[in-house]
Amino acid sequence: MKKELIELRVNGLTHELAIEPSALLLDVLRRDLDLTGSKRGCDDSSCGACTVLVDGTPMLACTLLAFSCEGQEITTVEGISEHGSLAAIQKAYGDWGGAQCGYCTPGFMITVKHLLTVNPDPTEEEIRSALSGNLCRCTGYTQMYAAIKAAIEAEKKGMATLK
Amino acid sequence: MTNDYSIIGKSIAMIDAAGKTTGSGKYTDDLSLPGMLYGKILHSPHPHARIKSIDTSRAERLDGVVAVITGKDAPNPFGILPVGHDEHALALEKVRYVGDNVACVAAVSEAIAEKALEMIAVDYELLPAYFDPEESMKTETNLIHDNKPNNLEKDYHHVFGDPEKAFAEADYIAEGRFLANEVSHAAMEPHCTLASFELDPHTGTLGRLTVWSSTQVPYYLQHKLALVLEMPMSQIRVIKPLVGGGFGGKSEVIPIEIIAGIAARAAQKPVKITYTREEVFWAHRGRPRTIVDLKTAVKNDGIITAVKARVVQDGGAYCSYGVVTILYSGALLGALYDIPNIQYDGYRVLTNKPACGAMRGHGTVNVRFAFESQLDEIAAKLKMDPAEIRRRNLLKPPCITINGLRVQSYGLPECIDQIVTRSRWNERKGKLPRGRGLGIACSHYVSGAANSIIRSDMPHSTVNIKIDRDGGVVIYTGASDIGQGSDTMVAQVAAETLGCTLSRVKVVAADTDLTPIDIGSYSSRVTFMNGNATLRAAQEVKKQIAAAAAKKMNCVPEEILFRNDRLTCGDGSLTRPSLTRPGGAEIRSESATVSGRVEGQILRGSLQQKRKEEGPKDSMTFEEAVVAAIDFHGALSGTGSYAPPPEARGGKHKGAGVGPSPAYSYSAQVAEVSVDEDTGQVTVHKVWAAHDCGRALNPVSVEGQVIGSVWMGMGQALTEEMIWKDGLLMNPGLLEYRSPSSVESPEVEAIIVESIDPEGPFGAKEASEGSLAATIPAIANAIYDAVGIRLRESPFTPERVLAALRAKRSAKPLNLTEGVDPTAPTKFREHGGELCFKGKGPKRHEFDPARQPAHPGGAD
Ligand code: FES
Ligand code: FES
Repeated sequence: MKKELIELRVNGLTHELAIEPSALLLDVLRRDLDLTGSKRGCDDSSCGACTVLVDGTPMLACTLLAFSCEGQEITTVEGISEHGSLAAIQKAYGDWGGAQCGYCTPGFMITVKHLLTVNPDPTEEEIRSALSGNLCRCTGYTQMYAAIKAAIEAEKKGMATLK
Repeated sequence: MTNDYSIIGKSIAMIDAAGKTTGSGKYTDDLSLPGMLYGKILHSPHPHARIKSIDTSRAERLDGVVAVITGKDAPNPFGILPVGHDEHALALEKVRYVGDNVACVAAVSEAIAEKALEMIAVDYELLPAYFDPEESMKTETNLIHDNKPNNLEKDYHHVFGDPEKAFAEADYIAEGRFLANEVSHAAMEPHCTLASFELDPHTGTLGRLTVWSSTQVPYYLQHKLALVLEMPMSQIRVIKPLVGGGFGGKSEVIPIEIIAGIAARAAQKPVKITYTREEVFWAHRGRPRTIVDLKTAVKNDGIITAVKARVVQDGGAYCSYGVVTILYSGALLGALYDIPNIQYDGYRVLTNKPACGAMRGHGTVNVRFAFESQLDEIAAKLKMDPAEIRRRNLLKPPCITINGLRVQSYGLPECIDQIVTRSRWNERKGKLPRGRGLGIACSHYVSGAANSIIRSDMPHSTVNIKIDRDGGVVIYTGASDIGQGSDTMVAQVAAETLGCTLSRVKVVAADTDLTPIDIGSYSSRVTFMNGNATLRAAQEVKKQIAAAAAKKMNCVPEEILFRNDRLTCGDGSLTRPSLTRPGGAEIRSESATVSGRVEGQILRGSLQQKRKEEGPKDSMTFEEAVVAAIDFHGALSGTGSYAPPPEARGGKHKGAGVGPSPAYSYSAQVAEVSVDEDTGQVTVHKVWAAHDCGRALNPVSVEGQVIGSVWMGMGQALTEEMIWKDGLLMNPGLLEYRSPSSVESPEVEAIIVESIDPEGPFGAKEASEGSLAATIPAIANAIYDAVGIRLRESPFTPERVLAALRAKRSAKPLNLTEGVDPTAPTKFREHGGELCFKGKGPKRHEFDPARQPAHPGGAD
């Protein structure tokens, strides 16, 4: 298939790329932009390892055409650290065992970031249901809840010191 | 050794955690090389067929295709076990399951490679296929492998003690058939391999091969690549990048790993192959569907006097780890409880399905499900508390079990106490409202197989440590971190031993060119074995540093305390006892050169006096000490290795090599469930899991491993199952396979029990596998407590629960001695047939105990 030009905005930078119209966003991120943080875990949009934010909404990059994202703001896991240091949720996932092999982690980072943006103080029930679109085979999820709670606490403290 | 440590025993983030949470960590599929090609594999659509011809010419002509390879390009057979070299990277004459590997295309893009696959014409001659082990065992013709009569991969028949006498004298005998369906690892990272050859400057042809692969066993991979590609091992470098979970599924050499090498050789370009999720299910190597016929004899006081188990495993089309799996199933009947008489008959059968192999809790899980369920039945029959019956049958270590397993540290009693207390078992068991129940079960696992796959006296792990003038500590370890945190464990052990900060430690791991051999991440061996090797390597460098620092500080090396990046002289109190200890001689000679005087009390006095007079420092920084040591010794390096002690390597009988371990982990669990009697839905509300890991080097990781094991066990108990129809996998996706999501996952309370093993590094044992097996029977027993049905086939799906509930309503009371529970599975779900094989059976050696009339009831 003949390639066509596209402008993609990823993590705050605009990239001009020549890609096939049928190219999936996940492949473009991983192969053309070398943003390999987003992972592929399945063939049928069932695992969530490829989750990215498209205009603030979590989407599965493995089932999106890159062309359909033109003009939208894409955020991948590489784009969520803050000012050169780990975001609270990234630090907390490390400290509390939220990531073991880490293959599912980029997807969870995006999902949790979105959850905390729309609902800064979620209940355990809300956390569980928000995470249910992402599969993890290592952790049994339990330590993720502790990590998320710790991140929320850290954010609150951070806000307090800023004031 | 002082009891408070500065590094171990504290929960810390894994040293590679930031790479995982930021996405900067590289897994194999994240790597690419200039000019790299993509490989795609053609799989067999037939379960059993002879390949009459393969025509690849059209595919080769397709623009963008660089190489097409078939079995003829690398015909040497391989397999993980020396006795099981029955696989080819690409099929030679026959395909043996739907998904078997037939050809591979390397092309400039995956799309072109896929298109080329469609242009390969394969002419098959179909053969009768076997999907049911019982049918398969009757077969005389059209064997899956010509050298395996009756499609029997292997059978073992073990008798320890005098089971027949014990059964004859028993007060009560429980008997039943249990069936556990097939499950797969479903690690989130699909297998991936990248292979690249270098040109040799001297010959001008292809020279060294480098392979990056998602593997748990880089050294075995190097070995098998050498075998199939007919290259010296020294010309092959295997590197393990981050691995996205293994659970045993990457603990052997998977065809993709060899195919990538063959394709790279044919294409003369780097080739990367990544499995799709469906291919991952075909690669499989999971836990086989297992039939367990179990019979347990007890006295009225609940003491177990004998166990007889007959186990049939549906092993799939290749040997894989099968011989080991079937042996584990029997061997680990021992080492949990005190069982004086054991009879075991195990059959590993070949069928035309993907090969089963090692999966978390290898070989022990399905038998443990049966055993712990049956123990629950016995407790009910004897009107005894299920926790109490387990307490009555504890081992009394240190001991050697009847089947030759040495048990030393044994935290099971405390595990049981802990979960009984935390779950408020005594107050709540049997008193919950109808539909809700509590169940208890125990399990255990090896901390590393005491005998490696290839029998040899070679150490199982070796670790090198290098310290340079910069004060950095570099550890070279062959341990394969697959997400369990072995790199972090190694760093902690070294930092603790050297008294330096963790940030000083860099870990170089799992690269066959750089790191000394370690046989891999399987059988939960890494903390115990690689941890011990690391400890010894660190002690060796520490000795060098201490000797130099002692000269500077004018004290005895053994007096120096390494802690928090500082070396401090002790108060001299260590000198006295050390002089009488073995090794004292060394201290004396070392001291003598410092003081130039004589030994003993006089020496100590003179040293202290000298120190006072000259006023040497009493402490120095780690870096100062390192510099002093380098001035004195030159470059600092230490090597440590570990081989299991001979006493821990088991008995002498055939098959005795599997099961022995230097130490066993122990687990006890209580599950709380509710059962909806209208829908058959089982909900697990909470699991209390106490795990004896010897010592928790990194508690947050230990808890994570325990929770992950329990959770995976719950998946097998409730939802996970590979569903087959005529050799076709019906559910090759994560949703259909039903790996549980966060909403279906219960709270797991992990409780760490530390029994401090005498041989483990700082007393540590395994933490990642032993807890899985207890979860399935704990849930089964809780279901019994909730609604009074005994489920003997896993997973406990709503259909099976409803069937059991219906059967209970209409059926006569269970007569367990006859094993005629109406809910017991009598047929495989497909292809019918009795589970129990009654035919003539495979031929066996005349001395085989199963043929001896002294043991009637042997499985023939
Ligand atoms: S890769 Fe699995 S959902 Fe996108
Ligand atoms: S941490 Fe391994 S899949 Fe989630």
